[in-house]
Amino acid sequence: MTASKETRVSATTQPPALRAPESPPRPKSPARSLFARIGVQNLSLVIALILLIAVIGWQDPNFFRYQNLLSIGTSITVFGILAIVQTLVILLGALDISVGSVAGLTSVVSAMVFTSTASSWMGIGAALAAGLACGLVNGLIIVYGRVNAVIATLATLAAFKGLAQILSGGRSQGYTGNDPVFTALGRGTFLGIPVLIYLFVFIAVAAALVLKYTDIGRNIYAIGGNPTAARLSGINLNRYIVGVYVLVGTVAGLAGVLLTARTGSGQPVSGSEGLELESITAAALGGAALTGGKGTITGTVLAVILLGVLSNGLTVLGVNPFWQNVAKGALLVIAVVIQQRRSGQRAVGLPA
Amino acid sequence: MTTTVAISGLTKTFTGVRALRGINLEIRAGEVLALLGENGAGKSTMLKILSGDYAPDDGTIALNGEHVVLRSSIDARRRGIRVIAQEPEIVHDVTVAENIFIGNLPRRARAFSAGRVRANTRDALAEYGFSDTLDAAALGGTLSPAQRQLVEIMRGLVDRPEVIAFDEPTSSLTENEVEALFRLIRRLRDDGVAVVYVSHRMHEIFRIADRVAVLRDGELAGVRELAETDEAELVRLMVGRDLGSLFQRTRVVDGAEVLRVEGLENDDVHDVNLTVRAGEVVALAGLIGAGRSELARTIIGDLPHREGSVSVDGVRVTLGSPADAIRAGIGLAPEERKAQALLLQRSVRDNMSLAILDRISRVRVVRRREERRIVAALIDRMRVRTPDMETEVRTLSGGNQQKVVLGRWLARRPKVLILDEPTRGVDVGAKAEIYAVIDELASSGTAVLVISSELPEVIGLADRILVMQGGRIVGEVDHADATEEAILALALPKSEPIVSA
Repeated sequence: MTASKETRVSATTQPPALRAPESPPRPKSPARSLFARIGVQNLSLVIALILLIAVIGWQDPNFFRYQNLLSIGTSITVFGILAIVQTLVILLGALDISVGSVAGLTSVVSAMVFTSTASSWMGIGAALAAGLACGLVNGLIIVYGRVNAVIATLATLAAFKGLAQILSGGRSQGYTGNDPVFTALGRGTFLGIPVLIYLFVFIAVAAALVLKYTDIGRNIYAIGGNPTAARLSGINLNRYIVGVYVLVGTVAGLAGVLLTARTGSGQPVSGSEGLELESITAAALGGAALTGGKGTITGTVLAVILLGVLSNGLTVLGVNPFWQNVAKGALLVIAVVIQQRRSGQRAVGLPA
Repeated sequence: MTTTVAISGLTKTFTGVRALRGINLEIRAGEVLALLGENGAGKSTMLKILSGDYAPDDGTIALNGEHVVLRSSIDARRRGIRVIAQEPEIVHDVTVAENIFIGNLPRRARAFSAGRVRANTRDALAEYGFSDTLDAAALGGTLSPAQRQLVEIMRGLVDRPEVIAFDEPTSSLTENEVEALFRLIRRLRDDGVAVVYVSHRMHEIFRIADRVAVLRDGELAGVRELAETDEAELVRLMVGRDLGSLFQRTRVVDGAEVLRVEGLENDDVHDVNLTVRAGEVVALAGLIGAGRSELARTIIGDLPHREGSVSVDGVRVTLGSPADAIRAGIGLAPEERKAQALLLQRSVRDNMSLAILDRISRVRVVRRREERRIVAALIDRMRVRTPDMETEVRTLSGGNQQKVVLGRWLARRPKVLILDEPTRGVDVGAKAEIYAVIDELASSGTAVLVISSELPEVIGLADRILVMQGGRIVGEVDHADATEEAILALALPKSEPIVSA
C-alpha cells in the first residue's frame, strides 16, 4: 500500500525538480560551482567520455598517440559544425534534415566553380552562397508555406541531393588537391593543430557566446520554449526561423567546402550522405530536447567528441564497423532514456 | 441518509504549497453537497483526487465503508465515481454519440458498430430528457459550449455512477440551460446518487444544494446545512475576511485618454469601440466565449482585423503583430500563463526580462548586471516567492508564476496593459498582492484593461465595466453602480434557449 502510493505520487507530480525551491541556498564551493557550470546533463556526458577513453586506452595505448587524437579531431569537424547549427534549429523546436544534401551540393559547387574560375576563393564563396540560398529556401518554405519543418527539409533533402547529382552528373568533380587554399583547409595545420579543429572550435565558441550573452540567444530559447509567449513578448518569430535556417545552410555550405578540401574533389553524395542524422544524433545526445527550448552547445560539443572517440576507439580496437553503428544507436537511446527518467515523465502515450 | 464517500484527513501539497490540509468530509447518497470556495481554495484539487487524477499525500477515502485507493481516473470511474469536467475535451471530427461513448465504444468482436452507439445514445438522451437538445449524429466540432457541457455530462451518466461531481457546470450556460441542468441534478439526487456541486455562484447554491462545504486556502472552513445558513455566513467562511479588503483603490482617474479602439471587426469581434484613460482600470466582463480574449488579441494585432483602428495617445497603431503593439506601448498578459506566457523550463530572470531584452542590450549583448538589478527589484516589489532568480519557473506555485508574468510587463511599463484573467488559479493571498500591483500600475498612469470571469473581482478592481456578449460590447456599468446581477443580466444571451424543457 505504502509503496504503491509513493510510486503514484512520483508519477503524478514530477518530484525532483519541484522540490528544488525548498532546498536552502547552495554554498558556493569551487567544486560545486564547477559542477553547476558543467551541468548535471553534461556531467554524465563527461563521465561517459572518461569511461570510454579509459576502456579504449587500456585496451590499446596507441589510442593516446598525438596523431590519433588529431585524427579524431579532424574526423569530427564536418559533422561537428553541423551538429552545432543543428542544435540551434532544435532549440527553436524544429529540425533541418537537409544539411547533408546541402553539404553535398555545395561540395560540388565549390569544386566546379573552382575548376571553371581557377580561383579557390570564388569556389568557396559560391559554395557558401549556395548553402545560404538552400537555407533561405528551407526557411521560406517553412514559414510562408506553413510546411512542417521535418517535412519541408525532408523534401529539400531529396531535392538538393538531386540538384547535386544533376550538376555533377553523379560523378566527383574537379581536383583541388593542388590548390593551396583547399589543402590548407583540409590538411593544413597551425601550431601543430589542424585548421579543421580551429574551425570547429571557432564555430562552437561563437554559437555558445551568442546563445548565452545576446538577446538573439535568449530569444531563440524563448521561441523554442513557448512560441506563443515569445510572440506575445514582441519577438519576430519568422525572422528568427528564417535567420537560423539561413545560418544552417551557410554552415552546411562550409561543410561542403571542407568535404571538397579533404577529399580533393567535389562529391555529390559520398561523405555528405547521413550527415543530417549524425548531426541530430549529436544534438540529442548532448541533451537538446526535440520539443525545443532546451539544450546547450557545450552538451552538443561533448556529444560530438564522445561520438568521435567512440568510432575512432572501436576502429582502433578493430571492431567491425557495422557494430559501430549499433553502438552509436544504443548510446543515443540510453542517453535519452536517462534524460527522460530524470525529467519524471509519465509513461503515457507519445513522449514529449 | 447513507454515506457514500467518507473522506478523512485528506492532504495534498504541491511544491510546498498546501493545496489541501486535513479535509474530513462526507458525501451522502441522495443529497446534493455544494463545494464552495474561491479559486485556489482547493476545490479542483479535491475533485482531482476524487477522480483519481491526483494521489493524496495523506488521508483516506472510503467508498460505501470500504477503504479505496483511486489509482487513475479509469479506476475511479470503475468504482462509480465520476467527475464532470468544466471544460470538456470534445473530439471535433466524430459524432456526439461517439464522443459520449469514447473509450467505451460498443462493438462486436473488434468491429465498431456506428448504428449501435447511435441507438444507445438516443436512448440515453431520451431517458434524461435531452433528445431535443443534442443530436446524436452531430459532429463534435459543431456543438455550442452548452452542448459540449451536456456531452460531458452524458459521458458521466451512461456509466450510472454512484457519485457524480459537477465542476462549475454553469459557467457557459444560459439561464434556461441552467434550469434544465438543475432538473437533471434533482432527478439524480432523487434516484439516490450522491451529487457534488462545485461553484462559487452563491445564488445557484441556494437553489440546488442540500448541504454546503466551504473550502478556504486548502482547509475546510465549515460545513452547513443549507437551511441553517445564509449568504453572509457563507461569504465569511469563504473569504475569511471582508471581501472589500482584498481590493485597494489608491488611484484617482483623471488622466487623458490613452487607448482608443474604434469599430474593430473580425470573425470573433464585432464593431467594438472602447477607450481607457491613463490611470484607469477598465474591466471586460462576459461569459466564456463572449469574445473578450479574442478582442484583446485583436487589439495587439495577434488576430487579423477586417476593419477598425486602435490608437495609443492619439497615434494610430499598426495592427500587424504583437511586436508592433509593444512598440506602440500595448502589452498583453494572456489568459493561459503556462501555455501562452511562461517559458517553464527557463529561470525567473529569463522570464521576467523577456520583453525588455531590446532595452537592456547593447550591440545585442544583454547587460546582465542591469538585468539582474531590474529583476531583483521586481521580485522584491511583487513579493515573488522564489529561492532565487535562477530558479526554473515551472517549480513555482500558480500565484508566483502569475506574478512573474505580471513582472515581465511591469519591467516594460507599457502605456496600455491588457491582463487576461490575471488571478485564475491563484490563492487568495497572491490575489490580493496582484490586485495591489494593478492598482499601483494604474496609479502611476498606466491604462489597464482587465478581462475577468470572476464578478467580485471585476467589481472590486475596475473603475468601469464593459460587458461583452457574442463579440460585441453590449453594455457599460460604472464601478459605483456595479452589482453581479446587473453585469450578469447584460452578459447572458437573450436568444432562443437551446435547452428546452
